[in-house]
Amino acid sequence: MNNRLLPFDTIGEKIALAVLAIFVVIFPLMNTLFPADSALHITTFQLSVWGKYLCYAVLAISLNFLWGYTGLLCLGQCLFFALGGYAFGMYLMLMIGDLGAYGTSLPDFMVFLGYSELPVHWKPFYNPWFAVFAAMWVPGLVAFVFGMLAFRSRIKGVYFSILTQALTYAAALLFFRNDFTFGGNNGFTDFKFIFGHDIREASVSRALFWASGFLLIGVYYLIAYLLKSKFGLVQRAIRDSENRVRFSGYSTTHYKVFIFVVSAMIAGLAGALYVPQAGIINPSEMWPTKGLDIVVWVAVGGRGSKFGPIIGAVLINLLKSYTTRVYPESWLIILGLVFLLVVLFMPNGVVGLWDQVKAWIQSRKADPPATVEPQLAVENES
Amino acid sequence: MKKVSSMLKVTLAAGASTMMAVGAMQAEEEKVKVGVLHSLSGTMAISETSLRDVLLFTFDEINSNGGVLGKQIEPVVVDGASDWPLFAEKAEQLLVQDKVAATFGCWTSVSRKSVLPVYEKYNGLLFYPVQYEGEEMSPNIFYTAEAVNQQAIPAVDFLLEEGYKKFYLIGTDYVYPQTTNLVLFEYLQSKGVPVENIGGGLRKDSAGAVISAGNYTPFGHSDFQQIVADIRKFASSGDACVINTINGDANVPFFKEFAASGLTSEDCPVVSFSLSEDEFRSLPSKDLVGHLGCWTYFMSIDSDANKKFIADFNAWLGKTNVPGIVKENRVTCSPMVLSYDGVYLWKAAVEKAGTFDPVKVMQALESGVSFDGPGGTVTSQSNHHLTKTVYIGETLENGQFSIIEEIKDVVGEPFLKGTFSK
Repeated sequence: MNNRLLPFDTIGEKIALAVLAIFVVIFPLMNTLFPADSALHITTFQLSVWGKYLCYAVLAISLNFLWGYTGLLCLGQCLFFALGGYAFGMYLMLMIGDLGAYGTSLPDFMVFLGYSELPVHWKPFYNPWFAVFAAMWVPGLVAFVFGMLAFRSRIKGVYFSILTQALTYAAALLFFRNDFTFGGNNGFTDFKFIFGHDIREASVSRALFWASGFLLIGVYYLIAYLLKSKFGLVQRAIRDSENRVRFSGYSTTHYKVFIFVVSAMIAGLAGALYVPQAGIINPSEMWPTKGLDIVVWVAVGGRGSKFGPIIGAVLINLLKSYTTRVYPESWLIILGLVFLLVVLFMPNGVVGLWDQVKAWIQSRKADPPATVEPQLAVENES
Repeated sequence: MKKVSSMLKVTLAAGASTMMAVGAMQAEEEKVKVGVLHSLSGTMAISETSLRDVLLFTFDEINSNGGVLGKQIEPVVVDGASDWPLFAEKAEQLLVQDKVAATFGCWTSVSRKSVLPVYEKYNGLLFYPVQYEGEEMSPNIFYTAEAVNQQAIPAVDFLLEEGYKKFYLIGTDYVYPQTTNLVLFEYLQSKGVPVENIGGGLRKDSAGAVISAGNYTPFGHSDFQQIVADIRKFASSGDACVINTINGDANVPFFKEFAASGLTSEDCPVVSFSLSEDEFRSLPSKDLVGHLGCWTYFMSIDSDANKKFIADFNAWLGKTNVPGIVKENRVTCSPMVLSYDGVYLWKAAVEKAGTFDPVKVMQALESGVSFDGPGGTVTSQSNHHLTKTVYIGETLENGQFSIIEEIKDVVGEPFLKGTFSK
């Protein structure tokens, strides 16, 4: 029997999810329950670093929803993440109040560039809930418009990927402009308050971590639920053979636009939670290389698996944090080797490793040798 | 498969906490940790790696002369990777886990803006060595950098003295050129230069106040045909010059186009603020010959202190075993020397305060300490900037500068915008 409210495939998945949930709940508690000199103490620094990893994991899930389950390789997912970040960053900038370098109520960069009053489109961002809402609908709207144009013209495969990359590049150039009222190259930094609290308080770090963790679990659940539904079947059918789905009478355009918008909104929320933890948002966050980074996380973790993107995002960023400190001269080479190894020898990413090992053991025992079944269908035929 | 993923999660979490714990190990008694926070990879690596090199050289030099307060300096080098959120993360790691006494780092303004809240949160101490736009004075940052009045204003003064009457402003669209040009716009007017003699265009807000002066191009811009044609027209009267704040490699197509249009440094000199000797290791200098540069140090300074500095640095390069370090054809430049000066000023301030405590060290710096560096004597001021000598030089074919003007003891002043307007 298929329980629709518990859309999980295996007992292993349930255990993994439970472990994740326990980690999300416990980790910030270790910051407050244990004294600073205890070995079990988690510093606010570790909290903010892991909070960022959780946001990256949500971002990776949003890409996997597109790429792994619908076959749409979006190279501009970083744009939606950054737009969400900018939306919430606008609220954070306004909360600085008169504590900036010039002691006026305008954000510093506006004083810097000679603005005499706050631009109209900034005014609603005094309300944090408006900002959170905007972190969803702004990316959603961009995805809707772009998706309608692209999918109605039946743009797919590599052309879709290139266009998404061009989109994020164009947006980055626009945001780099100082007269675009979003701070140009410097972006937004030096946040002071969030929901009335000093952003430097440990309790704020804990709350942000929890928010990121629960967002991750919520998004995981949403995607798992959708995958189990009829919708999810159509989604994967589009990935495997779009033409066949269309000839069966489904409007694949509508499905794809909907998926694209949902994915963009998830990425936007991740960005909104990322910015107060990272402490900065600037246009380099939507630079095309950032979009490629996300693709790498998903590929390393395992595309088209539910836990793959989480593992990929956390693993790669953990490795990046660690190696930029311990091997600052050679960390890029180390990371590059990891990517190469995964691409060459682990086609299903880290989560596919177990099946590969099992198949290898069987092939040693059995005669004739069995081969590894590729888990994923290749890109849909165009 | 899913079981493995759950196991992995646990291992990851455990692995991560051990990794992080390693960094937090107690510093040994006779050593003091300092952070080096520069981009060793990514777009800024080409500039910032040189600063890492000169910092490591300085630490070795100080260590071989007995260290600071009897302690050997132990550098903690991290890679900011030209990634601004990563800069903030690395800064926090240096302060929380390595507990560094001071950090030397950052090049771009955005990286400094990114780490500023971190240094203020943990009351750390950061030395920032690269010319910048000012408009900032964090209690936790010491700016050994050139302020706008230690680069742009002396250069303009020099050009005014030389008899130039028209000034064309051009730059990359980010905060340093925008601010520098706004300051210059006010300064030139205060010197009696009429608005029509300031080229590049103005942008005004609805109330008519000028909010941007000069002609701006995006990062990495390559098509300067129209702009150079505009400059040519502007310079046809023969008494014009160009104030150039274009960043990085976009300078190559600009100067190529400039030379191709038939303009020379005789008709219309260009003074650049972002091109030092180190940039000429990777940029062709042929099209820049005769144009001007303005810094608080040039490699060509003819003094014993500078000659010793260059010789010692090259000797150190010869025997160091830092992985991947470039040993051949190395030059020195202003950001490098200001990094070097920063370390010695920190040393002097620590010795004056008698402690490594960042707050006390900053107080010692505010009270004024001096160091006789390769570019002359530098003295710290209470506004976290330096008093130092400004040099104006003419670019030579080999990427060096021949010094044509020297202005002694220029006081660094971060807040200039609005101070010259009538």
